[in-house]
Amino acid sequence: MTLDSKIPSGPIAQKWDKHRFDLKLVNPANKRKFEILVVGSGLAGASAAATLGELGYRVKCFCFQDSPRRAHSIAAQGGINAAKNYQNDGDSIYRLFYDTIKGGDFRAREANVYRLAQVSVNIIDQCVAQGVPFAREYGGLLANRSFGGAQVSRTFYARGQTGQQLLLGAYQALCRQISLGTVQMYPRTEMLDLVVIDGHAKGIVVRDLISGRISSHAGDAVVLATGGYGNVFFLSTNAKGSNVTATWRAYKKGAFFANPCYTQIHPTCIPVSGEHQSKLTLMSESLRNDGRVWVPKRKEDCGKPPTSIPESDRDYYLERKYPSFGNLAPRDISSRAAKEVCDEGRGVGPGGLGVYLDFADAIRRLGVDKIRERYGNLFDMYEKITGENAYETPMRIYPAVHYTMGGTWVDYNLMSTIPGLFVIGEANFSDHGANRLGASALMQGLADGYFILPYTIGHYFASSKQFRPPTDHPEFRKSEEEIRAMTNRLLSVRGKRTVTSLHRELGKLLWEKCGMARNEAGLREALRRIPELRDEFCRTVNVTGESGELNQALEYAGRVADFMEFAELLCLDALHREESCGGHFRTEHQTPDGEAKRNDDQFAYVAAWEYKGPDRQPEMHREPLIYEEVQMSTRSYK
Amino acid sequence: MNLTLRVWRQKNANSPGRFETYEARNILEDMSFLEMLDVVNEELIQRGQEPIAFDSDCREGICGMCSLVINGIPHGGRRGTATCQLHMRHFKDGDTITIEPWRARAFPLIKDLVVDRSAFDRIIQAGGFISVNTGGTPDGNAIPVPKPDADAAMDAAACIGCGACVAVCKNASAMLFVAAKVSHLNLLPQGKVEKDRRALNMVRQMDAEGFGNCTVTGSCEAVCPKEISLSFIAKLNRDYGLATLKGK
Repeated sequence: MTLDSKIPSGPIAQKWDKHRFDLKLVNPANKRKFEILVVGSGLAGASAAATLGELGYRVKCFCFQDSPRRAHSIAAQGGINAAKNYQNDGDSIYRLFYDTIKGGDFRAREANVYRLAQVSVNIIDQCVAQGVPFAREYGGLLANRSFGGAQVSRTFYARGQTGQQLLLGAYQALCRQISLGTVQMYPRTEMLDLVVIDGHAKGIVVRDLISGRISSHAGDAVVLATGGYGNVFFLSTNAKGSNVTATWRAYKKGAFFANPCYTQIHPTCIPVSGEHQSKLTLMSESLRNDGRVWVPKRKEDCGKPPTSIPESDRDYYLERKYPSFGNLAPRDISSRAAKEVCDEGRGVGPGGLGVYLDFADAIRRLGVDKIRERYGNLFDMYEKITGENAYETPMRIYPAVHYTMGGTWVDYNLMSTIPGLFVIGEANFSDHGANRLGASALMQGLADGYFILPYTIGHYFASSKQFRPPTDHPEFRKSEEEIRAMTNRLLSVRGKRTVTSLHRELGKLLWEKCGMARNEAGLREALRRIPELRDEFCRTVNVTGESGELNQALEYAGRVADFMEFAELLCLDALHREESCGGHFRTEHQTPDGEAKRNDDQFAYVAAWEYKGPDRQPEMHREPLIYEEVQMSTRSYK
Repeated sequence: MNLTLRVWRQKNANSPGRFETYEARNILEDMSFLEMLDVVNEELIQRGQEPIAFDSDCREGICGMCSLVINGIPHGGRRGTATCQLHMRHFKDGDTITIEPWRARAFPLIKDLVVDRSAFDRIIQAGGFISVNTGGTPDGNAIPVPKPDADAAMDAAACIGCGACVAVCKNASAMLFVAAKVSHLNLLPQGKVEKDRRALNMVRQMDAEGFGNCTVTGSCEAVCPKEISLSFIAKLNRDYGLATLKGK
């Protein structure tokens, strides 16, 4: 099968306009005949469900949380990018496009990224109209700040809670549609299978998390907006519930999975404090606008109180290595630089796994009140977790898994290799290449949900004459039976190990072998150990309780079972990609000064993996990345 | 440190509940309260017993999923702190900690410490939005918003919808939650268009859900993990009163 990305022809700036004209429309009166199943209610899912409802489609929206307002988009702190050029500092759609392509280390699809930059301006208008309380200047106009990886101020923000405010905007739009009856909401409901009939996605099987009831929903199209798979590493900045289940089950039904090895390790997280740690907390990257990152020059100084170490004995390594971007160097580069100094033995805090993020200079320059106004909630958060006051002593930070650029392969229409299955937001692979820039995730989630999917899904309906099967169709029955059997299997083992302990072991293995730095030997070892661990999971897992009730242990076990399978694909992809790019750093492929070394001759493609059955290697398909507009260059932030 | 926990266990809404006592051993002060419960649950599972059911998701104080009344106070009583941000360094070795679910008629219990807060969603559905469709909106800078108004709207919008305000209130009133959303939108020029009907509809839905009336004791403000100010309740009363006078 050849992958058809369906990129429109013509000059890049006109592709989306041209494509929108070429897309077929659905007669307004006919829209209500189509039923769309949207799984997930984060920025992408909620904005899509609301917009599709407004357009007149009938929508069902599902989330596993108790309310659609809780999806993990809510935790995004820093901001959302848009090429508004309100600051008159030289920004443009083209510059946002170029920054994003370059930030992604030339591994993203050009046409998608340009479209993203184009619609970014509409997103801000939309959010303001919804009542998102963005930060403002005294003149009443919108404020901006600069953000990691960019030299212009194009990031819009609502204190340190931008994700929360954008999600509440989308949630409120969704609530309005629920009250109007166009969207039916199913909270505390988890998708466990995708149903494909005659080659088209026609429905999903879900578990009601309160009653345990397994049931089927049929639709004319299915939209997955189920987020990323960072929790495969056990410790990540993701919410506890975030998981790969929906996209993984879709993969097993024929939706190719693209670039799973592109995982983003965020440089500014609070370091791990012990074995008990259940998740990691991010400190917004915006802190790097005013904070300076450093470690002691000498190992012997690492145990000393930071304020007692004189300037001359400090190594501000980001400013030293990347003078033009300094502390604002992109995430992948900053994370690797932190790992490097810690590997040299110059890390600080428990286990030497930490670097300082110091605000003393900024406080001297701007005053403590200004810093409190900009980052007060982040400093409070830091104090709650660590018990330390960052106004007086530098923060300690360390990189942690944060975002996954890989995901279900989709074409320009955001449709997967299964017709009728659309995948949006972090769950798809499309826009960030091998590394995502700060404040771009919120932009992509809302672009997909508000402004792209609502057009492209109509084209699918208008150009394929399909029927909506009844939920007693044999395919639904079969899926339901499989889910029940899987549930019973998990509940019947009653072994010696808890799900958490197995998940933690998997996460540790991945972090060590497939984390910030990867190499062939380590990946091969991981690929040998993952099946052993999976086998151990099947034999020894202890899932208490029953299926016909609220059973959090069972929910968790199902998600970890999928991570156990998915981890193998992640490592396989990392092993095959014999180059370093963005978040994927292979130690065999680096320049003499330790920077990532891409191999454009051999690896300028998207790796899309096709499921071939439980005991067979997946097959890799290549979508070549063709750059018509920009020249691939070595990414330098020096 | 070692602790004794008295935890509310209840199989489902129809079964009677009771306190059970558990020992939490070797708890470190860097653990969060929920991580302490994770440790207890791991032990329960090892012994083949059902773990304590409780809600949590983001574990960084923003999703509003976690709840828990700890020693009689929702979220444990530390200022501006949700349960997931509460750390064990605030407890002492040998402490006995009582853990209960949110208790309010409008938040029916589902299991153990998990309750149903969908009443909050229905209140938002009644009017907690601005009625604009996607697309066709004016430029983001077309309507200047005075910074103090934008800041005040943001103060109100910080609500995470956890329900602690209801759980602590002797009347189980949802006024702080409703006031926060009404104020967030009514303070902004974009939201003023629907100001009156928003206040009326949301209050009507709040009453229909079975929340109690507000007697302005201020306990809600004291436990709110986002420190939403009681003054927003005054604003809601004003907006509601004006809307009623206008007869909308």
